[in-house]
Amino acid sequence: MVPLSHYLALSVILFVLGAAGFIFRRNIITVFMCIELMLNAVNLAFMAFSRFLGNLDGQIFVFFVIVVAAAEAAVGLAIIIALHRNRASLNIEDVDEMKM
Amino acid sequence: MNLEILLLLMVLPPLAGAALNGLLGRRFSQATVSLIGCGGVGLSMVFAFLSAWVYSKSSTQPAAFTYPYFTWIQAGQLRAEYALYYDRLTLIMTLTVTVVAFLIHLYSRGYMEHEGGYYRFFTYLNLFHFMMLTLVTAANFPLMFVGWEGVGLCSYLLIGFYFRKKSAADAGKKAFIVTRIGDAGFTVGVALLFWTFHSLDFQTIFKRVADLPQGELESVLTAAGLLLFLGAIGKSAQLPLYVWLPDAMEGPTPVSALIHAATMVTAGVYLVARSSIIFAHAPSALAVVGVVGCLTAFYAATIALTQNDLKRMLAYSTISQLGYMFLGCGTGVFAAGIFHLMTHAFFKSLLFLAAGSVMHAMGGELDMRKMGGLRHKLKITHATFLIATLAISGVPMFSGFFSKDEILAGAYESWVGRPWLYWLGAATAGLTAFYMFRSVCLTFWGKSRVDPGTEHHLHESGSKMTVPLIVLAFFSVVAGYVSWPRAWHGSEAFDRFLEPVFAPATKALLKTPYFHPVSLGPGALMGFSILAAAIGIGVALWWYLKSTDIPDQVAERYADLYRILTHKYYVDEFYNWLIVRPLCIVSDKFLWRVVDEGAIDNVMVNGTAEGTASLGDVLRRIQSGNIPSYATWVLLGAVLWLLYIFAAHS
Repeated sequence: MVPLSHYLALSVILFVLGAAGFIFRRNIITVFMCIELMLNAVNLAFMAFSRFLGNLDGQIFVFFVIVVAAAEAAVGLAIIIALHRNRASLNIEDVDEMKM
Repeated sequence: MNLEILLLLMVLPPLAGAALNGLLGRRFSQATVSLIGCGGVGLSMVFAFLSAWVYSKSSTQPAAFTYPYFTWIQAGQLRAEYALYYDRLTLIMTLTVTVVAFLIHLYSRGYMEHEGGYYRFFTYLNLFHFMMLTLVTAANFPLMFVGWEGVGLCSYLLIGFYFRKKSAADAGKKAFIVTRIGDAGFTVGVALLFWTFHSLDFQTIFKRVADLPQGELESVLTAAGLLLFLGAIGKSAQLPLYVWLPDAMEGPTPVSALIHAATMVTAGVYLVARSSIIFAHAPSALAVVGVVGCLTAFYAATIALTQNDLKRMLAYSTISQLGYMFLGCGTGVFAAGIFHLMTHAFFKSLLFLAAGSVMHAMGGELDMRKMGGLRHKLKITHATFLIATLAISGVPMFSGFFSKDEILAGAYESWVGRPWLYWLGAATAGLTAFYMFRSVCLTFWGKSRVDPGTEHHLHESGSKMTVPLIVLAFFSVVAGYVSWPRAWHGSEAFDRFLEPVFAPATKALLKTPYFHPVSLGPGALMGFSILAAAIGIGVALWWYLKSTDIPDQVAERYADLYRILTHKYYVDEFYNWLIVRPLCIVSDKFLWRVVDEGAIDNVMVNGTAEGTASLGDVLRRIQSGNIPSYATWVLLGAVLWLLYIFAAHS
């Protein structure tokens, strides 16, 4: 059987990839996908713990996360489309109006 | 009805009057305002008489009652009730205060008719009356202090009644601040008593003191007595805090009559008489009272000799007479001090009201050099003023004679400053007779020196003003008969009446070498005071009616002395130099420029604003609008948090 640490290592790798992408990439779609990546890294960790501890709580959390991610995808993509229509750009650095 | 309710009914109507007039007076007509104002005080007078009647019917002993109505302050050991006290001293005080106040309210209807702020005047006057009654009926020190400060506040408001006039506003401030010095002594004294006896209640404290063997706790009681007397010095304008009273004449004349002659300024005498037992157990404090009183009496009388302003002259005379009252209390004859308080309330308020009537006729002129011969036009004013003058000068058969004589007899019998206090007091009586008759000569008799302009509209005041004058004149004559002197085979009924109040104090004093048996018969002393008065009157008549050039010659001969007297011993100038000027300089250079502008305005107010602004300027840069940078901060935060958790758990 694959030990827990392997799952957690994969989860950490995926999360770090997601976080790094979120910070360093400029394309909004990519940033958006990085968020999904981080969420799914967490999901993976939840699933692994759930399996190894024999407790279903983790799986319930995963369902919640998937639901939230779905809603987020719907809203987020809608915002991105509206943004693209207005700005004709998907560079995240062009969107910095919200500041003092 | 029982006394408990009657006392409340006596105290509260003026408060209701003040509230009604104060809140709604602006919309009332003058008639309504004066009806409410005089009605409140009138009711209070009626209930004062009813209380006295009910009290005298009750046969229960002891003859002092305390009625607690509700608990006012309760904190640990400290407990102060709203409680009223009634004994024979309260009886005398309430009757005197209400009668004089009622008459002065009636007079004010006429006097204030053409002045602005009619309703404001009656509001303050009613409030004053309420506070004065609180002061004399309070059953414990804190409640007395409420009345004490309350009358001070009303005095301030009424002195500054014409607040658009700078001198009036300044005089109000001066009165308030100078009396505050005394009040500090009062509060510390009360705190000392509380610390010693764990009570603030009159009956409790006085009983505990009376039960002490003579000499025990003497140092504490001396300190407490002196501190209480400091309060009395401020309130009753004695040396060295008398300076506010002459300036208080800036207020309307009825105010001078009521507050600064008849009632409020006598509060100090009342305080000393009320605490007589404390002073009896601290003879040295009592001696200070007597000496200060006597010196003040003489000192103020010498200033009054040269004053040309009628009201100011009367103000110095008030200070002098208050000194007599303290002389009486200080030499152990408390009843005589209270007796003089009562007779003085009548004749001095009459003098002031008559002076107000003169002022009315003269169109506000108060300089006696510009009067003269007014007796032809102001017949009633002249007659009443003359009666009051005879009373204050100590002419036999007028009230002042009886009370002053009792005080002088007391001074003669006392151990304090014997016999100097007596001779100084007798000399003061002569001076009093002189300056009072000087004022009568200058104002009412002799040739007219009135401006032709004001001459033709000289007129007697209306009945609203003359009726109170006549009633007060009646009292000024007969008030003395309540204590017919022993020398004339009388019984001194007034002193007998007050005996239960002062008996513990007298008993305690008899154990000290305070009293001396009189070697000279009281009749001889009386002869001396009559002689002093006669000399004073004679010299005044000779100088100011017969050979009117003598005063100027005397003034020229003793020019230095004359200048010192007209400048009131330069005390105001001295206080200005010693206290007011340095205070102003410190306030201006340090408190204003450095503390207020520097520390408060710049550092605290502007500093806070500028600090917040510059901090915000720095923090603003975090809010860049750039999402990746926010994400970096969040990540950094999460990593730090994790590190902290790891560090905490390992």
